[in-house]
Amino acid sequence: MDTWSLAAANLTSPPVLAFLLGLAATALKGDLRLPEPVYQLLSFYLLLGIGIKGGVALREAPAGDVLLPVLVTLALGIVIPLLAFVVLRFMTRLGPVDRGALAAHYGSTSLVTFTAAIVFLGAAGVSYEGFVTTLLAVLEVPAIVVGLMLAGRHAARSASWGESLQEILTSRSVLLLVGGLVLGFVTGTAGYAKVEPFFGGMFTGVLTLFLLEMGVIAARRLRDLPQAGFGLVAFAIAFPVVCGVMGIAGGLAAGLSTGGAAVLGVLAASASYIAAPAAVRLALPEANPGYYLTASLGITFPFNLIVGIPLYLAIAQALGG
Amino acid sequence: MHTEELLLVTIVAEAIVEHRLVRDVAAAGARGWTVVDARGQGSRGVRADEFEGSNIRLETLVTPQVADRILEVLARDYFPRYAVVAWSTAANVVRPEKYA
Repeated sequence: MDTWSLAAANLTSPPVLAFLLGLAATALKGDLRLPEPVYQLLSFYLLLGIGIKGGVALREAPAGDVLLPVLVTLALGIVIPLLAFVVLRFMTRLGPVDRGALAAHYGSTSLVTFTAAIVFLGAAGVSYEGFVTTLLAVLEVPAIVVGLMLAGRHAARSASWGESLQEILTSRSVLLLVGGLVLGFVTGTAGYAKVEPFFGGMFTGVLTLFLLEMGVIAARRLRDLPQAGFGLVAFAIAFPVVCGVMGIAGGLAAGLSTGGAAVLGVLAASASYIAAPAAVRLALPEANPGYYLTASLGITFPFNLIVGIPLYLAIAQALGG
Repeated sequence: MHTEELLLVTIVAEAIVEHRLVRDVAAAGARGWTVVDARGQGSRGVRADEFEGSNIRLETLVTPQVADRILEVLARDYFPRYAVVAWSTAANVVRPEKYA
């Protein structure tokens, strides 16, 4: 498929349309929020399901094929937050604490964006390495630590490091994702076959429901947009594209297929809005959520979901030949 | 029925601080507490973590000394940084020894 038909296929897919419905309904002051426990259940399902599938694929993959992509991903997790910290200094008037908070968010990654990319590649018939979920888990935490360190030097009081780190590592999202990876690795293909109708067959449907909710949450974030300022808005759109290209190039260099490199591009481009906000709120309470949440959830997430994912695949196809 | 007066301390906070808050309330000398999910609006609109839930409401029956310690910790560590409100009201309880 060419770039335009990819973009059109993405835009007319049920998950993206549901996201737009959530945005529109909230703009019209309607209330489409799911009850809290249902939202929690859906996020459990997505995290555990993604983890299990990744674990099954990891077991099938030769260790040699996995090592280099993991190292490249780790490097991205350190370079991207450093780059964000510096770039923000030129693009915005934000202080070091807010820049460190944003660096943590943009270095870390977004499970929902990743999931949407996987579903998109599946629908477009593009193959990718199943173990990319491992890369998602690898990219999630290091950047948060780097971002907190960058900001911590300037924070009013020294953040309680051990406690914050422990809270990141035992947060629901990390436990479910890593736990799912282990579970999938242990159970293997035969064990997975028994839960496939639930975690595989229903997956796109559940993602659609979840993205409806994400649309509502993102629309609420957009109300804080005037506070963010033009520089931050420009950053939230341009920076992911730069990171996406870095991820794609790194992925291809590490021997990933075109589809796999596109996924690593999506991982590098996406900004966290689950693990990072929780960690930053606890460790850096002086940082303003009006900046980091508005940028990652209000701007970068919709951009990646609607424009970014097909764009990164097109770039990967162009670079990978 | 014989009752004795204690204080009911109620704290409404952003959900993300729940673990720390429970730990600090226990350290201040509270013997038990109840935590429920809560919704509402205050002067700080933005919640950092929609994923873990929006707000919590913690209630604990304590002696005036413990209530003082709890409110001091809140004033020092929580009010400047997080979305937290707290108040205490008189409460008449049976079995006062249970709470002190």
